[in-house]
This record gives sequence, structure tokens and C-alpha cells, in this order.
Amino acid sequence: MNAVAARRVWSVVTHVLLLLGVAVSIFPFYWMFVMASRTTQDIFKFPPELLPGTHLLENFHKVFDSVNLLGSTANTIFVAVVTTVLVLFFDSIAAFAFAKFDFPAKNLLFVVLLVTFMIPSQLSTVPSFVIMANFGWVGSFQALIVPGAVNAFGIFLLRQYAQGAVSAELLDAARIDGCNFWRQYWHVAVPLLRPALAFLGIFTFINAWNDYFWPLVVLIDPGRQTLQVALSQLNGLYNTDYSMVMAGTLLAVIPLIIVFFLGARQFLADLAAGAVKQ
Amino acid sequence: MTTTTPIAAPAQAPEERRTTGSHAGRSKSELLSLYLAISPFYILFAIFGLFPIGFSLYLSFQNWNGIGAMKFVGLAQYQFMLSDPIFWKSIVNTFQIWFISTIPMLFFALVIAFMLNQQIRGRSAYRIAYFIPNVTSIVAIAIIFGSIFSNNFGLLNAALEGLHLDTVEWLNTPWGIKVAIAAMVIWRWTGYNAIIYLAGLQAIPTELYEAAKVDGASLWQVFFRITVPLLRPIILFTVITSTIGGMQLFTEPQVLVGNGGGPGSEGTTMVLYLYQQAFINNQFGYGAAIGWGLFVIMILFSLINWRLVQGAGNRGSRKGVRA
Repeated sequence: MNAVAARRVWSVVTHVLLLLGVAVSIFPFYWMFVMASRTTQDIFKFPPELLPGTHLLENFHKVFDSVNLLGSTANTIFVAVVTTVLVLFFDSIAAFAFAKFDFPAKNLLFVVLLVTFMIPSQLSTVPSFVIMANFGWVGSFQALIVPGAVNAFGIFLLRQYAQGAVSAELLDAARIDGCNFWRQYWHVAVPLLRPALAFLGIFTFINAWNDYFWPLVVLIDPGRQTLQVALSQLNGLYNTDYSMVMAGTLLAVIPLIIVFFLGARQFLADLAAGAVKQ
Repeated sequence: MTTTTPIAAPAQAPEERRTTGSHAGRSKSELLSLYLAISPFYILFAIFGLFPIGFSLYLSFQNWNGIGAMKFVGLAQYQFMLSDPIFWKSIVNTFQIWFISTIPMLFFALVIAFMLNQQIRGRSAYRIAYFIPNVTSIVAIAIIFGSIFSNNFGLLNAALEGLHLDTVEWLNTPWGIKVAIAAMVIWRWTGYNAIIYLAGLQAIPTELYEAAKVDGASLWQVFFRITVPLLRPIILFTVITSTIGGMQLFTEPQVLVGNGGGPGSEGTTMVLYLYQQAFINNQFGYGAAIGWGLFVIMILFSLINWRLVQGAGNRGSRKGVRA
């Protein structure tokens, strides 16, 4: 076998192995779709049906009749969007100040910020709940949004980016034109930070959408649940009606996949670059 | 999992640090603006980060159900914790699940990254396909895996039956539960780690590979003598992040086998046990003590992993390739 042929064989083998991995990665989604589009009787058949059926809409209807999925989806969209907007704003003003300006105690303050990375959230779960109870926030969206409205991760990320992307000359020019800190932020920094903001935005949105532990703890009122909590209850309450539960999970996953696809390429590149830099 | 991982900073060449002006040249109002800009983080951290930590230390010395009066009990919660068989079981469970998920996960991730690093078509499509599991709702995935691993009508058991093999009561047996949970972790995080490794591989100079080829090295030798040693810092990064993530495992077991951790508490992880004690049994003081126990274990285990990966890498580099 000559070198060219060997290379071709190796390339085919690589693709076959990689596609096998892709199949594993995609299969649960396919299986979710199969079950969401069939009746529960179909699911319990042996051997199991491996192709999608025709009951998808019917199952969606059943989901909406059983739990307040529309309401909890609206709640989740609200919480995720507000959290994302707040994180982008608060993180970027802090990052801009840290990256491009000097002020007393700056380095100390930044070290403090980095140290907070290390603290696991479980340590403060119980007292955080007690604090929320004292604020009268248990069962309200403030309890989800406010503690996560600004974070060290995003400030660190945006600061690193701003150091390279926002040039001192541009800021000097803006200063000479009479721009104060806020105008420099809005007119110079924000446009230049856009790629990093997009990454942080997608990242924050996906995490807020998927958050389960804290909403489970703090949102007790059934009318104020998020999608993930409603979903877990749908699973617990209607354990036998698999097709309906699967229709619900499908609805919970689709928006995320859409958000991910919107920025996938840039997102993956940024994610990888960050890890390598560490 | 919550996002405590210190990942990501865009691929931007860090320019020499330049800050405009000096302290002396700043007007008072500008300094005020700067402190105002950074203040939200410190205010929220003080209320929802720092204060709760002190408060949780205080709570861990109390007996409190969240409604009545607190009762100071000194170290009793900690003493109870150390003699609580389910607390120890939750530690053992967490480590078992971590072990059987992390090793295959990082190995598969490395192999996938190695393959994707060849001159191969459709690389970005592959990257997207491998990353999709990571952006999916864990609750949804736990429900789907629950149906795949289901004892009676699960797809996996149907497949085993189809192959005339013995079926397994996945969600009733000690190892079955752990394998099901580990499968979810592996499925969710392999692609993520592969993307991270791929970025590391692309930073390795191609001359090294070419030199190895000239010297007649086999693919196997290239992988273990060049790729793995040079990836050491990145492998360390992924080991530490999966340690932190693995110690915080909660959603997968909670949705799969419920608050009690399933038969024999075999699926009770440390965080699930904290949740169960604090928010199901209303043992707030005990929950706080478990939080501190968890914190100590996480720190110790992260340090051990750090030393192990560093040490292994050092030995590797002394033998041959130098980073």
C-alpha cells in the first residue's frame, strides 16, 4: 500500500470514528423526538419503535393542559433575558474601568474579585435562602436575578479582551473631545467589545435558562416556576405519560439550540481560546 | 452546574498594558465614576457572597429548622456529620461517579481532539455537533437518560434483550445508578473538553510532528510522547474543572432517582445530600455544616489532582520531550 492510499484509508477511518461520536452525541435528541411524537403505548412496545410517529402536536397539547408550561417558559425567558442584560452592563462597565483606567486600590480590588472565583456556591446556599426569606424575596424573580446580575467571570473575561481591543489613543481622543467616563464607555468601548459581549451574552443566557438548583430552592409558588423546575415536576407527576414528558423536554431544549446555533462558531472559538490562555 | 469555571478570554494578543492618565490627573468626579462602575460587583458580592459565608459558619453551630428559634449546639453538627453514614456514603458515591465519568470523558475528549486536529474536512461542523450536548438543559437530559436506562421498558434493556443478553435493573442496583449518572456526565462534557483540547493541540508547533514523522515515530508514539506531554497545562485545566464540576453534581441524580438518591441512597451525591437535609428536612444548621464539609473536600481533592497531574507531567518531560 503506497502512502497516498494509506492516507486515504486513515482519513476514512477517522471520519467513521468521528461520525460514530456524533451519532452518540445526537442520539438522545433523536430519541427524545421519537418519544415526543408517539403515544405512550407505543413507547412501551417491544421491540421499541425507532422511528418518529405522528402524535407530536397532540402531545404538546397535553403538556400545555397539564402544567403551566407556557407560563413557566415566559418566566424563564424573562429571568434569562433580564439577567443577561444586567450582566452585560454591570460586567462591562467594571471591566472597562479595570482595563483602561487607574485609580487607588485598583490592583487590590481586582485580586479580591479573582479570589471570589474560588468560592463554591454550595457553601452559601443555606444562608442565601435565609437572606432571601428575610428580604421577602422567596418565590420572586428578584431572588434569581439580583444575586447573578454581575459576576467575576464576566468582568475578568471582558477586562482581558478590553485591554487589547480598546486602544488608549481612541480613549485619549474621546477625552480631548470632552467625553467623560460614561460616554467613553458607551461610544468607544461598547462597540469595540461587541464580540466579547456576544460570547458572554450567549454564555449567560444558556446558564440562566438551564439553572435548576437555585430556582428549585427559591421558587416555591407553582405560578412562578421556571421551565426547568416545571419540567422536573412534569417528570415526577406524570411518570407514566412518557410521550407528554418528552414533548415538554423538547420544548425546553429547542430555544437553547437556536441561541447556540446563532453564535456557535465564534462561541466555540472564544471558549477554547480562554482555556488555552490559562 | 453553576459557572465557577474561570474559562474564556478571547484570542486577542494582549497589548502592552496602557492606562490613560495617572491618579493625580483625575478629577474627583471621574474617580467617582470609576468607583461607581466597579461597585455593583462588590455590593452584590458583599450581600450574596461574603455575608452568607460568615452566616453559614454561624449557622453550622446552630440547630435550626428555619422557623423556630436557633439553638446553639457548638460542634455537635460537625460531630454528627462525621458519624453520619449517609454523609460518608454521599462522599463515596460522588467520588465513584467522578472516577467512572472523568477518566473515560477526558480520554474520549483527547482522542476526538487528536482526530479533529488532522487535516480533516468539516471540522467546524464536527465541533458544533460535539458541543451541542453541553448547551442542553440537564433536567431534560436526565429525563431522557432516565427513559433510556429505565428498568422495564428502557431502550438499553430492550437492546440487551434483542441481543439475547441479560437485562440490568439500572436504576435499582448500586452500580447501575452510578453508571447511568456517569453516562450523562460523559455525554454532556466530552465534547466540551474535546474543544478545549483541540485549541491546545493547535498551539503545538507542527515542526514537532514533522520531526517525529522523519524519525519514523508511530501514531501511537506521537500521541503519547508529543501530544500528551505538551498538552499538560490544558489537561490540568480540564482535570481541575471536572473535579470542581464533579464534586458539585446535583441535577443529574436528583432528576434521575429523586431527592432520596434512589434505592439504598446509591445516587446521593454530596450536594444532593446537602439539598435533602437543608431544604427537604429543614435542617438548616446541618445543611450549613455539610456545605463546609463539602468545601474542605473540594479544596483537598483539587490540590491532590493538581499535584498528581503536575507530577505526572514533570516525570514525562524529564524522560523526553520538554514543554
